[in-house]
Amino acid sequence: MIINHPLLGPRDAAEFVIKGDASLIDRPDWQIENAAEAFHEYLFLRDNPAGEHRELWYHEQGDRSWLVVTRNTLTHEVTRVEMARDVARKARA
Amino acid sequence: MHYSALKVLWQGLTGNKGWTEVWREPDPKPEYDIVIVGGGGHGLATAYYLAKEFGELNVAVLEKGWIGSGNIGRNTTIIRSNYLLPGNQPFYEFSLTLWEGLEQDFNYNAMVSQRGIINLIHSDAQRDAYARRGNSMRISGADAVLLDRRKVREMCPFLDFENGRFPIQGGLWQPRAGTVRHDAVAWGFARGADSRGVDIIQNCEVTGFQIENGVCRGVETTRGVIRAGKVAVCVAGSSSRVMAQAGMRLPIESHVLQAFVSEGLKPVIPGVVTFGAGHFYISQSDKGGLVFGGDIDGYNSYAQRGNLPVVEDVCEGGMAIMPMIGRARLLRMWGGVMDMSMDGSPFIDRTHIDGLYFNGGWCYGGFKATPASGYCYAHLLATGRPHETAQAMRLDRFITGAAIDERGAGAQPNLH
Repeated sequence: MIINHPLLGPRDAAEFVIKGDASLIDRPDWQIENAAEAFHEYLFLRDNPAGEHRELWYHEQGDRSWLVVTRNTLTHEVTRVEMARDVARKARA
Repeated sequence: MHYSALKVLWQGLTGNKGWTEVWREPDPKPEYDIVIVGGGGHGLATAYYLAKEFGELNVAVLEKGWIGSGNIGRNTTIIRSNYLLPGNQPFYEFSLTLWEGLEQDFNYNAMVSQRGIINLIHSDAQRDAYARRGNSMRISGADAVLLDRRKVREMCPFLDFENGRFPIQGGLWQPRAGTVRHDAVAWGFARGADSRGVDIIQNCEVTGFQIENGVCRGVETTRGVIRAGKVAVCVAGSSSRVMAQAGMRLPIESHVLQAFVSEGLKPVIPGVVTFGAGHFYISQSDKGGLVFGGDIDGYNSYAQRGNLPVVEDVCEGGMAIMPMIGRARLLRMWGGVMDMSMDGSPFIDRTHIDGLYFNGGWCYGGFKATPASGYCYAHLLATGRPHETAQAMRLDRFITGAAIDERGAGAQPNLH
């Protein structure tokens, strides 16, 4: 697989470490009332879709940036690559 | 029809005209006591033990494709009970004892061959860890022998004992481990269940659950609605897709694992050998092919095929312990979809929906578990209580803090 890095261009997927579902960016608030349940869901439960999947990749053997990669789990086709910090900032805004 | 050597001889002499079909192909009935979703090894074993051990005869197994088309026909056929943790090891030892009596029990030649497994040791720390593991195995009633370097060399002279980077310092040996003809397991369980009246319905995909007031009353399928007293899902790599139809999210990710077979060679490897410094395991099939594999690819996938970086990694592991493997040509490689759980251990449990049961999260270790998984699932379905060896395999174990993390890798499925 080739990951089209927004800053570095097309890079071999072997340069990356895969963290998993991009929902891991949205860490729950630990002060809310049902924080234990929220963290259980956040940490342990997954949608695990067959088809389009947004996931976190870390460019360990490159510029060490975190990326959000949109990839099809049935075909392995990568359709979109964003900087994770941009995704997180956009979600916060 | 009962199979025996005499029957093979007689049929051989009379033109093999007397063999009957191994299982029926019935149409689904409108209602069953128990409907099992998934006609893989675990589903068929569940049906077999439900009928044979628990007297549940009004049972159907629904399979989307044909039986044996999933991971039961796509694995590296190893059976063993060399786990560490108390939540796992007694279960896998129970499974190995079932394997030992399986062929007589279901009257089918599954070619169970107890040729042993050696986990290689490459450092002092690893020797300590394996000694501890061996003790844990023996506490559960399993066999375990700690081998020194000389003994490993006697048993496996082909290994690279001159390797400076990964010196072989010994091994943990389980003589009772071995290999099994994998798809014969599916056929044997199917035949045993079918002959006791279980309906095995192929080409029947489940498209939804009939859940009424929090109780599961049946399934919707491509062959119509089938009502059921209990619905038991065991669909391995498709777990999340199927359970999503019941509105559930699971502590599971689907990943691809690749496996490889070389051209046929004369007997060279006595049993199963695993590399301790990387992830590589190898055995030799009865046809002579070297059967080997290693890590999962690491990314979520339902594609049943992997990528080349892992092929390279697996082959490097092979070259590191037995350089002669470089002379063998690769004949086949394939990928299967693994239901990787958050702690690397499986689930056999009821769900919060009454009448709906779940069995999954087997990661890449489901084949060896097939008989015990079926037996324990049947026990849960028939008696309402978990089997004593499967009590820890609960779906809620992450919220109760009772994870069974053999590898100590945390909630990261691609590291287990």
